[in-house]
Amino acid sequence: MERIDLDAADPGFAEALASQPGGERIAACFMCRTCVASCPISAVDRRFHPLRIIRLALYGLKQEVLASDFIWLCSSCYACQERCPQGVKISDFMTLLKNLAVKEGHVPRGIRAQLDLIREHGRIYPIDDFDNKKRNKAGLPSLPTSCDVVAKLA
Amino acid sequence: MNYALFLGCTIPARSRNYEMSARRVAEKVGLSLVDVEEFVCCGFPAKNSDREFSETLGGYNLALAQQRGMDICVLCSSCASALTETAHRLSSDPRARDRVNGRIAAAGLRYDGDVRVRHFARLLLEDVAPETITSRCERDLTDLRVAVHYGCHYLKPSEIYDGFDDVEAPDSVEALLRLAGVDVVDYPSKKMCCGGPVLPVDEKLALAVAHEKLTQLRDAGAEALCLVCPFCSVMYDGNQKGIESEFDESYGLPVLYLTQILGLAMGFGRKELGLNMNVVKTKKLLARYFE
Ligand code: SF4
Ligand code: SF4
Repeated sequence: MERIDLDAADPGFAEALASQPGGERIAACFMCRTCVASCPISAVDRRFHPLRIIRLALYGLKQEVLASDFIWLCSSCYACQERCPQGVKISDFMTLLKNLAVKEGHVPRGIRAQLDLIREHGRIYPIDDFDNKKRNKAGLPSLPTSCDVVAKLA
Repeated sequence: MNYALFLGCTIPARSRNYEMSARRVAEKVGLSLVDVEEFVCCGFPAKNSDREFSETLGGYNLALAQQRGMDICVLCSSCASALTETAHRLSSDPRARDRVNGRIAAAGLRYDGDVRVRHFARLLLEDVAPETITSRCERDLTDLRVAVHYGCHYLKPSEIYDGFDDVEAPDSVEALLRLAGVDVVDYPSKKMCCGGPVLPVDEKLALAVAHEKLTQLRDAGAEALCLVCPFCSVMYDGNQKGIESEFDESYGLPVLYLTQILGLAMGFGRKELGLNMNVVKTKKLLARYFE
């Protein structure tokens, strides 16, 4: 584990997180590691460690948390959140961090691409005439090949 | 009762076998599914990057169902969790509801917060009598050894699902398979995530997560894996070959949707259930029923 530099801390970060959905109970974490033990990603890659992310956030290490790739390895599986004895909404907290990271301009290419597809086509797999042909052949109804409404919703 | 069928993005484009088999089974047990062309993405893929936009998409879909006076039936677990979560937030948080209504007004819609969202498997359990299901099953599947992968969002977060199944000891999908007479196989990592959401971020890591489970399934002697989510299918069916070569394994484990297995029990043919579209070939496994 690399060293952390507490001088880089933003004292208001933890407080700002606590007022947003997912961040409410992070200060209640008592480091029991139930989340780590439940995490399917930690099980195959020790670099990913939900408790470490929570601690970094509580220390106010905003850049360290938001600019890291690690938050994006969370699969949002809720295994940790279902079990946390302190009621920390860990999965929702990871979602919150990812949203904040995007606002700061840190977003993996694959995730960005999905968002762009939805904004343009209303779906991550746009339907074309060829898809509809295959659908009809399978006895399934056609679906719209374009979607104007999402532009109005965004 | 009519249900608005919410297909989402993945199923109509990538999992026609799931859609075909679900429609067959629904008709057989008397669930009436209504197509709504205007539905857009459930919001799940946008949740990590822009949660408010994700809720707007969810609210738009919910409002379309409300306009038709119908509850929503979903086939994909990610759609289930995103739409259920948004429905919960919009009925419990007036500020979120006002924000979403401010957006969807541009499409001439408004959501007041009373649409129920349920997964197809849950509908089968809650809205169809067990005798109806057993009485429709005519093919004997007692020699088919099937293991179930529940996946994450079919059950979690539990706070939005009114406890319809037990997160730590799920049984709802197995209960349906038992009704159809299938031999259900247990294995240790039944509740483990498929790794799918990590695929666009770190493919190798995602495959490593799925590798764990496939190995356990082979060791447990499962002949097939049963799924209720098209995202999980991308991992176990679509990527099974890739996992085999990456980790030097050989599984050849057919991966079927719950509705394909139920449809099989109900006597439908291979093509009627799209069993010829599964990536890992199902022909050898099912030869005993079709020869
Ligand atoms: S399970 Fe909860 S209390 Fe325990 S370490 Fe994780 S977040 Fe902290
Ligand atoms: S939700 Fe994220 S942090 Fe929690 S167990 Fe799943 S992958 Fe790990």
